Amino acid sequence: MAVGGWRVLATLPLAALMLAGCSGSGSYIYDWSIFVDAVVRPDGLILTGVWLTLIISVVAQMIGVLLGVFSALGRTARLLPLRVLAGLYVWLFRGTPLLVQLTFFFFGLSVAKIYTWPPIELFGLSISGEIQAGVFALGVNEGAYMSEIVRAGILAVDRGQLEAARSLGMTYRLAMLRVVLPQAARVIIPPLGNEFNNMLKTTSLLVVLGNVPELYVTFSRKNGSGPTSFHPFELFLAAAVWYLLLTTIWSLAQARIERRLSQGDRRDEDRGLLDRLLGTGGKPDARTRGVR
Amino acid sequence: MSDQPGLLEIIGTAGARPAPGSSDVVVEATDVHKWFGRNEVLKGVSLTVRRGEVVVICGPSGSGKTTFIRCINHLEKIQAGRILVNGHTIGYRERDGKLIEDRDASIARQRREIGMVFQRFNLFPHQTALGNIIEAPVHVLGIPEEEAKTMGRALLARVGLGTKEAAYPAQLSGGQQQRVAIARALAMKPSLMLFDEPTSALDPEMIGEVLAVMKELAAEGMTMILVSHEMGFAREVATRVVMMDEGQIVEVAPPGEFFSHPTSERTRAFLSKIL
Ligand SMILES: Nc1ncnc2c1ncn2[C@@H]1O[C@H](COP(=O)(O)OP(=O)(O)OP(=O)(O)O)[C@@H](O)[C@H]1O
Ligand SMILES: [Mg+2]
Repeated sequence: MAVGGWRVLATLPLAALMLAGCSGSGSYIYDWSIFVDAVVRPDGLILTGVWLTLIISVVAQMIGVLLGVFSALGRTARLLPLRVLAGLYVWLFRGTPLLVQLTFFFFGLSVAKIYTWPPIELFGLSISGEIQAGVFALGVNEGAYMSEIVRAGILAVDRGQLEAARSLGMTYRLAMLRVVLPQAARVIIPPLGNEFNNMLKTTSLLVVLGNVPELYVTFSRKNGSGPTSFHPFELFLAAAVWYLLLTTIWSLAQARIERRLSQGDRRDEDRGLLDRLLGTGGKPDARTRGVR
Repeated sequence: MSDQPGLLEIIGTAGARPAPGSSDVVVEATDVHKWFGRNEVLKGVSLTVRRGEVVVICGPSGSGKTTFIRCINHLEKIQAGRILVNGHTIGYRERDGKLIEDRDASIARQRREIGMVFQRFNLFPHQTALGNIIEAPVHVLGIPEEEAKTMGRALLARVGLGTKEAAYPAQLSGGQQQRVAIARALAMKPSLMLFDEPTSALDPEMIGEVLAVMKELAAEGMTMILVSHEMGFAREVATRVVMMDEGQIVEVAPPGEFFSHPTSERTRAFLSKIL
């Protein structure tokens, strides 16, 4: 499995490969029926890719949020070793490329037999090592970014809130959990939405692990197989449409969540659907009005 | 209002007698010193407060009033001296004659019996008035939610906010918020209440409604220490008035004496400014 992965990795300059496939006949001719087909009549592979992309994103984002909360708390902890550990984590994972982390966690660990990522059975499904490693790397990487976001959220909560909670006999932990974090959530949710939007598309990097039927991977595999030989750009544009669909749905969901969170403060008036997506409302967002 | 149960009856501590053998001293501060960096903010403060007393602390801005009452529930550390609340050194343990800061959980346990009301209310904005009140009883004391709600509703009714249980703090006036904050502190059944300028962030027309609640509380026998410049309240309700200046207590006297024959020159100067 790991060896198969190596082969994919070795062929990475995909563009070169794809162009090689269609050179010779002069200029590239777009066959838009391939694009339309992949968008309007998705086959089972594409639909699987959509689901897998969504699931990987959700799980990786959840790992990221958890790690973000813990490392943000770690960085405000009283114990020095905790602060150092949390700081080191953020520094390392924000400072190195995700691509390096992905390949290291999967290939790096398995070739040295440190961890070979055996498949896991879950709900009757077999989850491949590539998916596990991919989710793990995406989540750990995301946690480093979430850490900053959560920390900013915590800092935005008035000090008096922690003091009030503490003076009611709450321990630091309980006060954080019941009083500070729920309020920090308001500040955290908008950038978290952004992060998740990013995550939906970043899953495409799993292409380097090979055997993950994620959206982008699925489309890049289709290229050169069957009737769609060497029409990579139609396929990748179709993939882009599917990603766009996912991120659009998410944008709408995010707007709803944010509206619910801002109940009680009347700054966020009702905005239309188009306005929420594209900012067509004409008037500047009430929250940034007067800031610029 | 008099046919309603008292605030302390609602929380079930009315007429509670201290355990036999325990003294009736609630707070005993001895030679408390506190530095912020190189700035000595409390320079040897000593004060004893007995059960049922209402002690009003006044003094010029920056004299250390807030710092002192925050030390009483260990929101601030102290560097020398000691503070006993109900017989226990608050925030510290004694080992080999030295004071060591307590663990988080035991400090939290000690704070349960000390209610605190802040100048800026500090209600939890993400919770309703009732939610604010039951938060700590449910999650700190483990009281069943329904029971806590019953008590919370009774407290809200008693402070004149019976119809506001579902309101969020942002939907309440300052005076209403502060009354919720008092109810929230009382819901922990404290034996001591600390108030830091509870009315100084309020519009004048709202001060009265908050002071009225505090007066009732005092009349029911709650032990209270409050920082306040409401000299009318002090005259009427306080058992003693304390004057602080530059990190020291310069005068302690029952209100009658305090206002008519202040012994310290600084008290006289201060009173002439604010009365
Ligand atoms: N967190 C802090 N860090 C540093 N210095 C502080 C801090 N809090 C208070 N001080 C200083 O301690 C001194 C006493 O402050 P404190 O707030 O106790 O005064 P106060 O008597 O309550 O005044 P006011 O009537 O204005 O509320 C002031 O000189 C203040 O600047
Ligand atoms: Mg003060």
